[in-house]
Amino acid sequence: MKEPNDIIIRSVAKVAVVIIFTFAINLFISGHHYPGGGFIGGLAFASAVILLFLTFDIETVRKNIPLDFKMVAAIGVLIAVLTGLGSLLFDVPFLSQAFGYFYLPIFGKTELATAVLFDIGVALAVIGTALTIIMSIGDDR
Amino acid sequence: MIKGMLIGSLIFLTLSILAIMYRLVKGPTASDRVQALDALGINIISGVAIFSVLIRSTGFFEVILLIGILSFIGTIAFARYLERGVVIERKHPK
Repeated sequence: MKEPNDIIIRSVAKVAVVIIFTFAINLFISGHHYPGGGFIGGLAFASAVILLFLTFDIETVRKNIPLDFKMVAAIGVLIAVLTGLGSLLFDVPFLSQAFGYFYLPIFGKTELATAVLFDIGVALAVIGTALTIIMSIGDDR
Repeated sequence: MIKGMLIGSLIFLTLSILAIMYRLVKGPTASDRVQALDALGINIISGVAIFSVLIRSTGFFEVILLIGILSFIGTIAFARYLERGVVIERKHPK
């Protein structure tokens, strides 16, 4: 059997993965007022990592991204629950949120909301769950 | 005028998707079905683009990008499976 030659997919994936990561972060950031959010941002992020898994092999990607994805999912759920519990400290109902307008050096007047912290937890949970499923069922042993 | 043209092209895209569905169900080999799936993704992207021109909205651009990315990754995964029999390799043979 002759040696497999996949130079084209490797060259394309090195560019496309950067674009998909950027798009995932854009989806995540725009989630408060426009279509997007933690769930779909996490799924786009996971699809970029799946493209890495397809192009290179599992061993190489695991060596370069040394994260236990089950741990990532657990940390995400923990962050989401803790931001929900944090609202109890201010004597308001569970999962309440607040936002304010701040003046940042580069961005100017920016709206910062505490819902972003909850969204980070959701995104981490989605990334961890999706990649754990893919790595479990994609194993050919 | 423009609206009629857009609706007409949507109708033609629907006919094209029906023809692709025939190939997807009937297709003699697996390669035909994979190619039909790729063409189906491109037709759906065109339909969403024409629809967003029709209702003059920019809210569907993320949908177009996302369908493009998922169709690309799905086609690569199916091609890898057809060629090597395994989707995700454990260790690349050097």
